[in-house]
Amino acid sequence: MSSLLRGEEMCLAQLFLQSGSSYDCISELGELGLVEFRDLNPSVNAFQRKHVNEIKKCEEMERILGYLLREVKRADISLPEGDVNPVAPLPKHVMAIMEQLQRLEVELGEVTRNKEKLQRNLLELTEYTHMLRISRNFVQKSSEREPLQVQYEEFPFLEKDTMMDYSSMQRLGARLGFISGLVKRTKIGAFERMLWRVCKGYTILSYAEVDEYLDDPDTREPTKSVVFLISYWGDQIGQKVKKICDCYHCHVYPYPSSNEERNDVVEGLRTRIQDLHTVLHRTEDYLKQVLMKASESVYTWVLQVKKMKAIYYILNLCSFDVTNKCLIAEVWCPVDDIPTLRRALEEGSRKSGATVPSFVNRIPTNDTPPTLIKTNKLTSGFQNIVDAYGVGSYREVNPAPFTIITFPFLFAVMFGDLGHGVIMALFALWMVLYENNRKLKNTRNEIWNTFFEGRYIILLMGLFSIYTGLIYNDCFSKSLNIFGSGWNVSAMFRAEVWKNGDISGNRLLTLDPNVTGVFNGPYPLGIDPIWNLATNRLTFLNSYKMKMSVILGVIHMSFGVILSTYNHLHFRKKHNLYLVFLPELLFLLCLFGYLVFMIIYKWLVFTAKDSRHAPSILIHFINMFLMQGDAVQPLYPGQTGLQVFLVVIAVLSVPVLLLGKPVYLYWLRHGNHRPGLYRGYERVRRNSEEELYLMRAQDMEEGSSHSDLSTSGERQTEEFDFADELLHQAIHTIEYCLGCVSNTASYLRLWALSLAHAQLSEVLWAMVMRVALRMDTRLGVLFLVPVFGLFAVLTVTILLVMEGLSAFLHALRLHWVEFQNKFYSGTGVKFCPFAFSLLPSSFEQHGLL
Amino acid sequence: MADLGFVIAMSVVTLFWGIVGGVVPWFIPKGPNRGVVVTMLVLTAVCCYLFWLIAILAQLNPLFGPSLTNETIWYLQYHWQ
Repeated sequence: MSSLLRGEEMCLAQLFLQSGSSYDCISELGELGLVEFRDLNPSVNAFQRKHVNEIKKCEEMERILGYLLREVKRADISLPEGDVNPVAPLPKHVMAIMEQLQRLEVELGEVTRNKEKLQRNLLELTEYTHMLRISRNFVQKSSEREPLQVQYEEFPFLEKDTMMDYSSMQRLGARLGFISGLVKRTKIGAFERMLWRVCKGYTILSYAEVDEYLDDPDTREPTKSVVFLISYWGDQIGQKVKKICDCYHCHVYPYPSSNEERNDVVEGLRTRIQDLHTVLHRTEDYLKQVLMKASESVYTWVLQVKKMKAIYYILNLCSFDVTNKCLIAEVWCPVDDIPTLRRALEEGSRKSGATVPSFVNRIPTNDTPPTLIKTNKLTSGFQNIVDAYGVGSYREVNPAPFTIITFPFLFAVMFGDLGHGVIMALFALWMVLYENNRKLKNTRNEIWNTFFEGRYIILLMGLFSIYTGLIYNDCFSKSLNIFGSGWNVSAMFRAEVWKNGDISGNRLLTLDPNVTGVFNGPYPLGIDPIWNLATNRLTFLNSYKMKMSVILGVIHMSFGVILSTYNHLHFRKKHNLYLVFLPELLFLLCLFGYLVFMIIYKWLVFTAKDSRHAPSILIHFINMFLMQGDAVQPLYPGQTGLQVFLVVIAVLSVPVLLLGKPVYLYWLRHGNHRPGLYRGYERVRRNSEEELYLMRAQDMEEGSSHSDLSTSGERQTEEFDFADELLHQAIHTIEYCLGCVSNTASYLRLWALSLAHAQLSEVLWAMVMRVALRMDTRLGVLFLVPVFGLFAVLTVTILLVMEGLSAFLHALRLHWVEFQNKFYSGTGVKFCPFAFSLLPSSFEQHGLL
Repeated sequence: MADLGFVIAMSVVTLFWGIVGGVVPWFIPKGPNRGVVVTMLVLTAVCCYLFWLIAILAQLNPLFGPSLTNETIWYLQYHWQ
């Protein structure tokens, strides 16, 4: 428990590692996660460190592993889900792993490239087939006109154009050329216009759209293409046409000159496409096999490379000793774990077969060690929310063990609803019971992770909300009547205060607790259920909740002030107890503790009979400060005198708080300098022997004492300390005194949020559920189902999630500011041990693992 | 204030939270978590008892009564007592 209350005791230790066994020792330490290494070469650049080559090799391996993981993921192969934990490989095994990885990379690269080429080929051939099929219908020879042809309406003139006949062309003496191919549909319009403009009508373009989506060989995306056929006369025109085709990224395929040739080409294409399909299938199978084999060991390799890289990084932090045979490392280590550290070093030395064992040596230090607080799965959530404000200074009191209960409690005061608490607790219980389920633990969704990490917090919040909901008597905005109400309506009739006609006459009637039998004692568990039915419910509840907030706030803050005594006692500053803690406590209790007393006194003493002249606590409190005791009737005899006394004590404690500590410290240093001459002695020592002799001789001549010289220098440094200390204490005093007032008022948010929650709950009931419940029976049943669905969704989103987050935030603020600034400084550094399990993996971050 | 119902409620609840906060901590087995568990029990007892106490003290001497609609009064007159 001392660990959770205060933090572990830490020490600085030096590890002397044999050069040969340093790798193994650090590997052992990494598995255990005990120590934090300090950088002994802070001025050395990252590229000039000793093991930079090995780290480069590790990064090269990580690059190949990343490529492998991407390929494996692309092929949809799942990685083995075992909980493997391989140790870091020895340097001699690293070469083997590196070779394997490089071989895999080369093989995979080749196979992938081949596959790409084959696929591209296949796509081109497919396009060619389509082109041939469609362009068949562009050129019609009358002799070879087939009975069933697709007529293209837009080119009627082509059918009749017999000039397309080859024989007639040859008669004309001009060489007719054909260019055919495919172009993207989006570009066909511009293509046609360009052709017309450039070739001035010496070309004829005919085109038709391909019906299905073909995969483009370059980009592998399905595109709509258009098959075109350009016929032209003359070579020059041909060149221009070719250039235009290139410009528009057309895929050009050779156009067969006769129908027989066309049929041959089509046959040939068909066989080639079939062959390609088979080859592609085989290639894909082979690729999958290679990837499957790789996926078996890739996870192990990833871990091994990660560990190796971490070890070399740590080795870079160490420095060599004078003889250059031994590595020195400086670590922060918990004192209790030094035997474990020793054992780990022995294990490492044994594993590497070194003759001389490595050992650890504790060294004294003036640096502040980092703070280590050992937590388990329940306390880690609460420790996280405390650390989010600030990590505790070394060995100061940790608010976390108290936060485990007070945080859910204050949340519940603001959230207080039985039904909502039950839902919240069930949700958290589900998360807790299934916390070892791998799927829940390892999702990458940030928001879910946040909820999952805080499952114990949410569970406690839910359980406390159930309790406060019971006390507030609020369950989905309805009250439970377990014990029978303390208010009796019939008594009003029996006492003849109300007559039977009064009910029909008056819309609202108020029960009078002065009448006998109307009020039969307070409800034993919480707020009486009759208040839920009353129209002046909020008047009563507001008064109750405001007073409750102030009482809880003053008690919480006093608890914080009392916790500071732990710090004063532990750091052996007993003077703080009398000069800081006592004035603070007196100030808080004399003013606000008295306020709490007055609240409870009024509750106990003033009954309904005195309700006409029941005093207002606030007026009395204000009058206390203004010393106007006679303005209102006293609550009890002697009130004026007591209040004056309390105000005087509170006012007197302010200068004690302001000046006590600085003056005391000044007196401590200044008043004790004669017996010890502590500072003077140090100063004298800094001078050389000669100077000392000369000064002494001079002193004896001049008759002045040496101590004067030393004290003048000393006084200068003392003045400095005093002013600094005084300023510090003045800030603390002002902050504390003003803070007392503002923080007490700040606790009123407990009232405000619980009021908001209750009102939202009531509105939801009145506007959603009651509408359906009031309907006629038959229709109402049908209508109730969707209305209940709406009610449930709104309850969860608005009341549970939104109000829950809001109350969480405010409870957190109350802890961080109002509670912790009474005793917590939170300026420490967190202890980050070197542990393989805590290292982040870059692959996980990219979603590859 | 010397009402029997109030006295019974007061003693039962005080006894209950007194046992939770004062007696049960002695029976927690020694282990690394003993301190945390004892702190949790004591704080729970203190917080919950205080919360209940404030609720019952606030209702002990009511200075005014609830205002009810006539429908509610009619219902309560015939159904509650």
